[in-house]
Amino acid sequence: MQRRGRGRIAYPYTVWMAIFIVIPLFLILFYSFTEGDIHNIKDLKFSLNSYKKVLEPIYLKVIGNSFVLASISTLICLIIGYPVAMIIANTDVKYRNLLLMLFIVPIWMNFLLRTYAWMSLLSPNGLVNRFLLWVGLPKLEIMPGKGAVLLGMVYNFLPFMILPIYTVLSKIDKHVIEAANDLGGNSVITFMRVILPLSIPGIVSGITMVFLPAVSTFVISGLLGGGKTPLIGDLIEQQFLSSRNWHFGSSLSIILMVMILISMAVMSRIDNSPEEEGRKI
Amino acid sequence: MKKNVALFVVLVLILVSVVPLAGCGSGVTINVFNWGEYMDESLIDEFEKETGIKVNYKTYATNEELLAKMEAGGSSYDVVFPSDYAISEMIKRDMLLELDFNNIPNYKYIDEQFKNTGYDPENKYSVPYFWGTIGILYNTDMVDDPVDSWDILWNPKYKGQILMKKDVRDALGVALKKLGYSMNSTNDNELAEAKEILLEQKPLVNGYYGDEIRDLIANGDAAMGLTYSGDAMDLYWEEFENIAYGVPEEGTNVWYDCMVIPASSKYKKEAEMFINFMLDPDIAFKNSEAVGYASPNTEALKRMKEEYPEVFDLPAYWPDEEILKKSEVYVDLGDYKVKYNEILTQILVN
Amino acid sequence: MMQKAIKRIYMSIVFLFLYAPIIVLIVFSFNKSKSRGQWGGFTFDWYIDLFKDRQIREALYFTILIAVISTLVSTIVGTIAALGISNMTKLGRTIVLNINSLPVLNPDIVTGVALMTLFISMRIELGFVTMLIAHIVFSIPYVILAVLPKLRQMNKHTAEAALDLGATPAYAMRKVIIPEIMPGIISGALIAFTLSIDDFVISFFTAGTSATNLSILIYSMAKRGVKPTINALSTLMFLVVLILMIIINKKNDKGEDIII
Repeated sequence: MQRRGRGRIAYPYTVWMAIFIVIPLFLILFYSFTEGDIHNIKDLKFSLNSYKKVLEPIYLKVIGNSFVLASISTLICLIIGYPVAMIIANTDVKYRNLLLMLFIVPIWMNFLLRTYAWMSLLSPNGLVNRFLLWVGLPKLEIMPGKGAVLLGMVYNFLPFMILPIYTVLSKIDKHVIEAANDLGGNSVITFMRVILPLSIPGIVSGITMVFLPAVSTFVISGLLGGGKTPLIGDLIEQQFLSSRNWHFGSSLSIILMVMILISMAVMSRIDNSPEEEGRKI
Repeated sequence: MKKNVALFVVLVLILVSVVPLAGCGSGVTINVFNWGEYMDESLIDEFEKETGIKVNYKTYATNEELLAKMEAGGSSYDVVFPSDYAISEMIKRDMLLELDFNNIPNYKYIDEQFKNTGYDPENKYSVPYFWGTIGILYNTDMVDDPVDSWDILWNPKYKGQILMKKDVRDALGVALKKLGYSMNSTNDNELAEAKEILLEQKPLVNGYYGDEIRDLIANGDAAMGLTYSGDAMDLYWEEFENIAYGVPEEGTNVWYDCMVIPASSKYKKEAEMFINFMLDPDIAFKNSEAVGYASPNTEALKRMKEEYPEVFDLPAYWPDEEILKKSEVYVDLGDYKVKYNEILTQILVN
Repeated sequence: MMQKAIKRIYMSIVFLFLYAPIIVLIVFSFNKSKSRGQWGGFTFDWYIDLFKDRQIREALYFTILIAVISTLVSTIVGTIAALGISNMTKLGRTIVLNINSLPVLNPDIVTGVALMTLFISMRIELGFVTMLIAHIVFSIPYVILAVLPKLRQMNKHTAEAALDLGATPAYAMRKVIIPEIMPGIISGALIAFTLSIDDFVISFFTAGTSATNLSILIYSMAKRGVKPTINALSTLMFLVVLILMIIINKKNDKGEDIII
């Protein structure tokens, strides 16, 4: 009885959610299925035109590019981030928090500024290339291009891969690993049979946390990719900020949301206990 | 641990209280919404001191953003600085208030050639602020051909060395002008041709950017790029000697940024006082000096001629009369701009 | 030995990658030339200009004020909501948690536009209040997601024991439950603060004309060139954060995870 009673203190928040999360999304859904002047609700007519537009080959290509680039950058984050998380988890407790903080601190520097800084580093006559030239090495020609966009994504979202994996790894009982070693498993076998399976929840949550912002990102592709590979985030931004086509922008948003929700559903199937760890930050 | 959190909160609160809130106090506050880096901001303090009116000064990045924000509503604006074609759209859609020129006596300093323009034929809504062109900013160490035609942006010799503007009107406008058509074309065939040559150009283009082009050219990352004349002036004032600006002989886009009062304004009279203040010869000169663009204010221009006669030889500041005659001001395309947007997207994606 | 060296080198490379652009920003805040990537000599001018620039001053003020208020509000509301949610029926909990995770899963731009649409259709003037509400809206879900696991890990019997021993519910909450879930609350608050400081998209759509923040200012400057003053400001902010983090870390000698 007491437990039921305490559930009630969440009611004000459910009302808040209804107003500020549910209703706004219904408004977007409403705009995506209509046509006409957005300020004149009476004039809005039901229409599927903006969804038809999404299906035009050119926009499908943009959506495809976004998913491919986001997937690749998530994979790179995983490959780079997993060893980092392992190293931190094996570090002396005293220094762990310091190391973790060093991964968080860069996020506090404005995202646009960091992206501009990458431009100064990677541009054809940028700092990296000047350095390479000085050492006598060949030029690095990745900006503008997809390589630079990937780098920008990995840079921005890498901490989100490291943190959840670290959390899971740091909780693995050291005795389990020792037991595995005692039983004659070499370090590769111990890793494959014991550590990796135990860290799956962290991997799943890391993938989620990198893939989500990567797939909907904008600005990065404009600055580092030279505008040659617009992503779905850029397209949505453009609809609301320059083309002023709210209906098309809304339907793109809905499509993006649906695809993200589907990816999430797939991910949570891989993870056995999605509610427990999968969404934990 | 709790102590640490408390310490953190206290530190942040101290930081907050040290920074004084601007625009506080009684009396009228007007919302002025301008392009970034487009006004000598010390003049705002001067205006506040002189009139007692507070100014809430904010900035935006493009005409489209300004239109999007004004159209979305939810905010009141007192003075904004749209360009020509955006003004005609605003007029067409009743988004502006008529100015009362009795409150703007300094309007007399505006040069006659900036009155009775296409975008505001009866001079009812707008007061010109600065004007300029678009053209080709280039690195004289990397370009040895004369930069006097749009054709150079299609020259295979400069493959991977060309930067194009991502702006819908500018990118398509240049292609149309190169083909000999109007930059305001609404002819499907002409646009199809423009699209074709822009796709042809794509392999030569290093990247499509906004105003990052100025820095990329200054840094030697590319040989040439499409920019506003003001970008060239910025680099001129910063004494970049190997950077020059060329205005193609086919003609280009001439733009006028103006001060207007949106329909959402609650303090029209105070907004007019602000506009009048910006037209004061002294103020207009100081502003022109700081921003670096050419002023339509006769007195400010006279002072500029006295103080900086050399800039009047620069095509970035004072383009050739003949070229100006062949140049065009953008007009509002109405619903046709959807087509322009689509073409640009197709060029970028394909 | 060998293995240790490889680890060191690997970590150094990753840190170099993470900090390279930040070093560039800091170095260029002392650059005389206004252009990025062009070294024009050493100067402190941008740091002096910083204190004269009213736009930057105002943006900084709003950024910090909104981050502090939204962190406080969302941490308190989020913790209370998490306490409630953990005591709900399974169905109720699933529904609430799914809706709660929408702002986390949704692209920022969708959240921003959706909220702007809501405010405009409710005829609320965009400004400080709407921006603050928006920040609270996207922060609470993260706080809840950070606190809930700690509530689950908590031994239910401890609280019951306290009640049995005659503690009032409020006293049990203060002395037993809250200390137990404190790491979750702190990590939730840190996430909320970080998100609020760095947010551009959602603020951009909900700020209107009377409020602003640093991200919006930087975005609007991008058109005609980001002033080096902004680099100077970021450098200062970065140093403050770094020092603060090190202090907190030093004091927290128990070695407990305070971030996650």
